[in-house]
Amino acid sequence: MLSFIAKRLLSGIVLLLVVTSGTFFLAHLAIGDPTQGLLGNSATPAQSAALRAKIGYDDPLLVQFWNWLSHAATGDFGKSWRSFQPVGDTLALRIPVTLSVVIVALLLAAVFGVLIGIICGLRPGGVLDRVLKVASVVLFALPGFWVSIQLVILFAVNLHWFPVIGYTSPDKDLGGWFRSITLPSISLALGAIVLIAEQLRNGFIEVANQDFVRTLRARGLSKRRVTMHVLRNASPAALTVLALMFVGLLGGAVVVETVFTLPGIGTLTQSASQIGDMPSLLGVTAITVAFVVVINFLLDLVLGWVNPKVRER
Amino acid sequence: MTAAPFPTALAPVKRVSLLRRFLRRPMGVIALFLFLIVVFLAVFAPLLAKFDPNHVDFNLVYARPGNGHVLGGDSAGRDLYSRLLYGAKTTLWGALITCVAGLVIGVPAGVSAGYFGGTLDRILTWISDALQSVPAMIVLLVVAAGSGQSFPVLMIALGVFLAPGYYRISRARAMSVRREPYIDAARVSGMTNARILRTHMMRAVYPPLVVQTALTAGIAIGMQAGLQFLGIGSASTPSWGQMMNDGFRNILSYPILLLWPSIILGVTVAALALMGSTLADLISVRAEQPTPRLRAKARQWMATPPAASDLPAREPSGMHAHQIENCALRVDNLRVGYATKAGLKEVVRGVSLDAAPGEVLGIVGESGSGKTQTSFAVLDLLPSGGTAVADGIWIGGKEVSRLSAKDRTALLGREIAYVPQEPLSNLDPCYTVERQLVEPLRRVHGMSKADARKRAREVLVRVGITDPDRVLRSYPHQISGGMAQRVLIAGAVSGRPSLLIADEPTTALDVTVQAEVLELLRELQREYGMALMIVTHNFGVVADICDRVVVMKDGRIVETGAVERIFRSPEDPYTAELISASLDDADGRHELDEAWAANGSSAAEGRSAAHAAGEDGAR
Repeated sequence: MLSFIAKRLLSGIVLLLVVTSGTFFLAHLAIGDPTQGLLGNSATPAQSAALRAKIGYDDPLLVQFWNWLSHAATGDFGKSWRSFQPVGDTLALRIPVTLSVVIVALLLAAVFGVLIGIICGLRPGGVLDRVLKVASVVLFALPGFWVSIQLVILFAVNLHWFPVIGYTSPDKDLGGWFRSITLPSISLALGAIVLIAEQLRNGFIEVANQDFVRTLRARGLSKRRVTMHVLRNASPAALTVLALMFVGLLGGAVVVETVFTLPGIGTLTQSASQIGDMPSLLGVTAITVAFVVVINFLLDLVLGWVNPKVRER
Repeated sequence: MTAAPFPTALAPVKRVSLLRRFLRRPMGVIALFLFLIVVFLAVFAPLLAKFDPNHVDFNLVYARPGNGHVLGGDSAGRDLYSRLLYGAKTTLWGALITCVAGLVIGVPAGVSAGYFGGTLDRILTWISDALQSVPAMIVLLVVAAGSGQSFPVLMIALGVFLAPGYYRISRARAMSVRREPYIDAARVSGMTNARILRTHMMRAVYPPLVVQTALTAGIAIGMQAGLQFLGIGSASTPSWGQMMNDGFRNILSYPILLLWPSIILGVTVAALALMGSTLADLISVRAEQPTPRLRAKARQWMATPPAASDLPAREPSGMHAHQIENCALRVDNLRVGYATKAGLKEVVRGVSLDAAPGEVLGIVGESGSGKTQTSFAVLDLLPSGGTAVADGIWIGGKEVSRLSAKDRTALLGREIAYVPQEPLSNLDPCYTVERQLVEPLRRVHGMSKADARKRAREVLVRVGITDPDRVLRSYPHQISGGMAQRVLIAGAVSGRPSLLIADEPTTALDVTVQAEVLELLRELQREYGMALMIVTHNFGVVADICDRVVVMKDGRIVETGAVERIFRSPEDPYTAELISASLDDADGRHELDEAWAANGSSAAEGRSAAHAAGEDGAR
């Protein structure tokens, strides 16, 4: 168990290093001299030079990366090149927004995905099952922002049930907060719901045809009890998808946040990438990958709990 | 997995028929048609659209359709129709770049990882997993930030992120093809690795890649539009994402601007996804589940066969040896059928048999003779799609064939118990042995937790497990096959049933364990006074343990009788054939005989060796 944890931890740290260094060098290559983007076209060469000196842009590339990395390791992500606010503070403000949307979306996806998946798995070939099949294909492929826009047109513009855009902080108005994240969460969740439902349905059918299910039934267990056995055996695939969805939703949140103008890390990424604000970009990348590593780690623990065979690997 | 012995000859034929089969699916045809329309619009955009998509005409700002402007103008006064068509061109071009990038990176990597395995496989798979755990959109924005808004570079970057999809598919395919005999043959005949990869592997990987490409194109188009919606990409290149952005900014005043790009984007993405899923259906080897409609039809057919059916004669076969009231089990004219798309397939065709309490009845036959299906029908546990009808099934003297499914289930575990063939696959891998033994005792027999645990332990000891506490704590993968079979027998008899159905209970076990398990079944059967119905293909087992035997062939009974009589003078030539075949290849019987002979048991005296060994073993 300990070696398992150590291995996953090491793999996670390597992933963090690879992705952040990749982003760092890629962004350097891509952005080049950031001062024009930061100061605008009207900046004088002197102003640019002063800014370059201030942000340490004149140092050798490796030195810059080392400076960033050694500070980031202690939790200090540096200061934004644009606002000179500590990136850590900005992230601390914005992550809860993104996470609340993503987590609500994941909960929706898990609850409805599991429900639909079980119903379809119990009656394969039924009406609902066939509807799910087409819906899963289409909904998964449709981009999140496209879905959000259609939802906005229907529920916000025409029905006025939800605000069109904007975010209300939960400590100001809990109901307002909930209304402001409902549509973004739903638009993120739709694709995930059908994907989880499909995984679970297929796993369910596969397990339901296995020998031990017949034997359990032969022992006289009720249908509901046997279904619990099937569900536990079918859950690893759906859980894996759920964890993958977390990554997908973090990415999808970028666009959906823009549609609903939510002040999360998605809109931060977008604005930072447009002006070339490197510390903010790196901070976002590092924190998202860290989330991904943690989620994958939790997934492995849960999988080990669900299926005893995995534990011994 | 059927190996294709002559892949070179088969491949082209397959390709043609795949397209043809695709065109038979209405969903696939509609999707393909819609997609082709979009392709047509994109290719002929310069001819179909009269206006320059970037030309700004102030009279056209938010203009309604008219004046040759089919769809009107956008917020900047540009022709909507032209921008829609040129946008199609941008979109498809971008999707093409992404798919090619994904293919070029993912497929060679996947095929070589699957073919060579080892360290290369581990490294490549780690990279693929890592790519999948990075939120692509965020990195793409970083790339977009600096790539000078260069559209192809961005699409290639997207291709890199979608490459793991290609990688996983081609790796899995390559791994399974790697094990096919024709690849070995190619190696032995001196083909180099490079050539095998080029010819055989690529061909095997091809069909799933078509599916993946349709899906990837759909996702690429969606993500591309998302990026453009965020304002990434050159302003002078018309795109659907940009148009949706324009519409969205005017959602309260001019929502109509959103309509056309929404429709065309939605239709294109959905069409690609549906094409992909239709193709995936066509190439999947997984047998589809019978639909409820097919099952209902099967039930109807079993009751009253359609007039034009080519089903053979329907008179019962076999005979009864006891009075109904003296039977632990009596089956009268049982039929079992399966619904297939081709029609009804009858696997048991009119079987009658019975067994008295304390009697051991053997059902013998080759695989496909319907012996296992008969036992499943008695249990009411036929696989989905199977239907059983009978003139009557009596269990413990009670007619059960007309009971509801729920009432039939209530018999299981109490009246009837079942011992399966393959011990390890018949235990739930996720739960401990204890949980699996205790759960039915509590739920079915209403025992308290402590009582159930005590009973489970007792029965484990009874079936010959010397360290019951360790076994109770174990998961199925931690115990041996023989041990697992004992656990299953323990589970079956723990409810004190009056009828035990054992389906090839020894076939999957080691030769030495086989004899022990048969002996155990015999002991338990006597101790509990159960009727034991034992399904087997092996006359050695029959000789060992059975009192009477039923011989089945092609879903019908060809002979019923006492074991002694059947061995002495089989009436049906098929029975004689089966007996001699059982003795010839003997399934390890020779080894058993030798083992017994070595132990000093009296060997054959004028009778067949197996028969003698069987009787000695039973005594």
